[in-house]
Amino acid sequence: MAELLEKRRLHVHQKGKGKFTLDCERPSLAGAVSQRACTFCGSRVVLYPIADAIHLVHGPVGCAAYTWDIRGSRSSGPELHRLSFTTDLREQDVIRGGAIKLEKSLRELIATYQPKAAFVYSTCIVGVIGDDVAAVCRTVSKDTGVEVIEVNSEGFKGTKKDGYLAACDALNTLVGTGSTADISPLSINILGEFNIAGEAWIIQEYYRKMGVEVVATLTGDGRVEDVRRAHGARLNVVQCSGSMMPLAKKMKERFGIPFIKVSYFGVEDVAKALYEVADHFGSSELQRRAEDLVAEETAAILPRLRSIRGELSGARAAIYTGGAFKAFSLVRALRTLGVRTVLAGSQTGNADDYSALAELCDEGTVIVDDTNPMELAQFLTELKVDLLIGGVKERPIAHKLGVGFCDHNHERKRPLAGFHGMLEFAEEVRSTLLSPVWRHVHRTPRTALPRPSEGK
Amino acid sequence: MLLRHTTKEVTERSALTVNPAKTCQPIGAMYAALGIHGCLPHSHGSQGCCSYHRSTLTRHYKEPIMAATSSFTEGSSVFGGQANMLEAISNIFHLYTPEVIAIHTTCLSETIGDDMPQIIGKARDEGKIPAGKWVIHANTPSYEGSHITGFSSMVKSFVDYFVTKPATPGESSSRSGQVNIIPGWMEPSDYREVKRLCSALGIQTVMFPDTSDVVDAPKTGTFQMYPTGGTKVSDIMTAGQSKATIALGPSASKAAATQLEQKCEIPSEVLELPIGIRATDRFVEALIKVGGTVPDWLTAERGRAVDLISDVQQYLFGKKVALWGDPDQLVSLSEFFADLGMRPVYVVTGTPGKRFDKRMAAVLGDRVPEAKIRQGQGADMFLMHQWIKNEKVDLLVGNTYGKYIARDEDIPLLRHGFPILDRQGHAQFTTAGYRGTMRLVERIVSLFLDRKDRDAPERSFELTL
Repeated sequence: MAELLEKRRLHVHQKGKGKFTLDCERPSLAGAVSQRACTFCGSRVVLYPIADAIHLVHGPVGCAAYTWDIRGSRSSGPELHRLSFTTDLREQDVIRGGAIKLEKSLRELIATYQPKAAFVYSTCIVGVIGDDVAAVCRTVSKDTGVEVIEVNSEGFKGTKKDGYLAACDALNTLVGTGSTADISPLSINILGEFNIAGEAWIIQEYYRKMGVEVVATLTGDGRVEDVRRAHGARLNVVQCSGSMMPLAKKMKERFGIPFIKVSYFGVEDVAKALYEVADHFGSSELQRRAEDLVAEETAAILPRLRSIRGELSGARAAIYTGGAFKAFSLVRALRTLGVRTVLAGSQTGNADDYSALAELCDEGTVIVDDTNPMELAQFLTELKVDLLIGGVKERPIAHKLGVGFCDHNHERKRPLAGFHGMLEFAEEVRSTLLSPVWRHVHRTPRTALPRPSEGK
Repeated sequence: MLLRHTTKEVTERSALTVNPAKTCQPIGAMYAALGIHGCLPHSHGSQGCCSYHRSTLTRHYKEPIMAATSSFTEGSSVFGGQANMLEAISNIFHLYTPEVIAIHTTCLSETIGDDMPQIIGKARDEGKIPAGKWVIHANTPSYEGSHITGFSSMVKSFVDYFVTKPATPGESSSRSGQVNIIPGWMEPSDYREVKRLCSALGIQTVMFPDTSDVVDAPKTGTFQMYPTGGTKVSDIMTAGQSKATIALGPSASKAAATQLEQKCEIPSEVLELPIGIRATDRFVEALIKVGGTVPDWLTAERGRAVDLISDVQQYLFGKKVALWGDPDQLVSLSEFFADLGMRPVYVVTGTPGKRFDKRMAAVLGDRVPEAKIRQGQGADMFLMHQWIKNEKVDLLVGNTYGKYIARDEDIPLLRHGFPILDRQGHAQFTTAGYRGTMRLVERIVSLFLDRKDRDAPERSFELTL
């Protein structure tokens, strides 16, 4: 196996080599070239799709500049969330405190846009200089009548996961403040769905066809009013459990709303997501409709999937995601296409996640936590990987090595959720695996896939 | 209307920034550090900073960008980042074996007061820095300056750390014909062009930083943590023996040039970036001053650029341009556009600094009296859009963040500067020198003529233009 820094050995496990143990959920090694981000990043990605709220970053310009619309979370209406608002803290503000600037900025924003709510994100420096952000939020809320919500997202607090928690806390202050009149008893909230490339619209359509009302999608194509009345739904359907589970648990505690964990990636998982909702409501009508929907949708895509499977059988894939939950779906979805997963890992998975992941994977699969580029590149070469699935920082590594790539992170341009998404996923995987461009580099160490006959 | 939330009425904003026209210091320091061979940039702060900087550079270059982080936790923010930094130095040399670790600080480490020279000294005392290797630093809090000042500070620190004062100043050595080039923040394609021009005039140079063959590394089927490019430390160490320094782009390069002058008594000339005919002429003249001779083929190349410009001047005359980005780029571009007969009417940089206004006045003179120029506080893309809503322009020039305005106001966009997140070509094709001039002119004219073809009714749709 690849030569690893001694301290990294505990974060890597190869299935079949002894009992499963994996060190995880630790801060990254100081000096490591980790792919991880910070608390602020986590909060930002969870909250920012709420399109009719003000998102004000209280900090120096960088935090806002680097998160300005770099995520494909789509809105069907307002685009307020796609402007970058920041207090752009300067040295004077650090010395004297930034609270006055924050208050001024908030008032200007509220006066100009009359938003439904405002989120104020604290960054590292705010935590250190001790601005009383909560007090500013309260004062402005009171004066303007617009709810201003503090997000405790100082970057140094931890990884994205801690950011998710801060975001859930912020959302929790809104939930329960709206009217739940006229909400159907067959109603759900979709949590952890951010409408990247319009995926939320695909999922909402499935539920609508089944006859289930979606009260709020948190937070894809989000609206403040929907969040306020989310407690009117009878069930929380939680995707990407890493980011929104804290909120689901809170809502169970406060309103007794149960939750289920689902995934919308891959044919099996999508079908399961729809059936489980139908089963929860115990309605045979719903169950029948779910079955019809699944049958119809799968029939539409299966022929093409089979054809693609024929072309890709034997290909080897590596998966590296932010949260571990997605990796499960990807392993299954890839199996549908005849592609074998030889490496699976994440930035922030916990012990249970990895244990389950190892269970799911084939013998010999390498499971890895919080990897870095050198290590990843070594694995890709040693394990003769043909396809890497990851995010923006993983892509260039794959391309340098002549390995195909699929972006499954929040910068993806194609919807990969639902039945339609499974087809898109298959097409994307197919086009990157079969592209002839990889052949220009003669020193590619891995064996080429069997290809349709053309000049070699 | 994507930017439907932009109001037409311009109000003075003293607290709020909307859609920034700059970013923060550390990413500039990171980019500069990548221009040193075998160098691993290190972000002394939270993990998020390093991740964002790497991601942004990756989106701009479509390349893996390596940098390490101290991974601050709440604990380090209270007790100081020394422990993290010392452990990081140890781990980095053990696992990643760089020649240099170039540390830049962040708002967090600056505010808690980490003393970098002291920490580096401690690392050396504790034997954490292998013989012949370097750990250098620059102070780059994000609440000061912009990415350009961060770049400038890191380049100055190359001089502070690497350059040694010659034992006997003025003594001739094998290097004494050498000239230092501080090229500023440029694309790898531009760094190649600057080297080509120096070589054309027969000048021996040491140029730093140089990200060519670092962020535009070829694909070989292997992954290299340290690509072949970047200026070697051993070369920078000889900069103290050079006979002169030419600094390109005052905002990015003046600090290092001044430091070379003070440390080693090397006379320096600070020029605007060589973008456009006259700025390139001035660079060539500076090279002649230090002993270069202009080969005929370069004169011919200039002639070809001027020829192209003459052939298309009718499409450019009077066209109004809005530009935003980094001060060095904007000054040279503004001069160039005015020389082409265009009118740079809106110029915005988020990088603060009053000297920018003086430099702009120097290149524009009284040729564009209606020009609106803003830097620093309140100089952002929101303001730019408001100006445009009040009075339109014919061309937008700047980074990808201008595409919303381009779409909403139906104005062609020439992508230039940093970051460019949605197109490629900037790393491969230079905009510096006479060669770069030709490319810029070609792209601008194509934008205008594509527009003309697109909008022409059938009866006016021409074959030849």
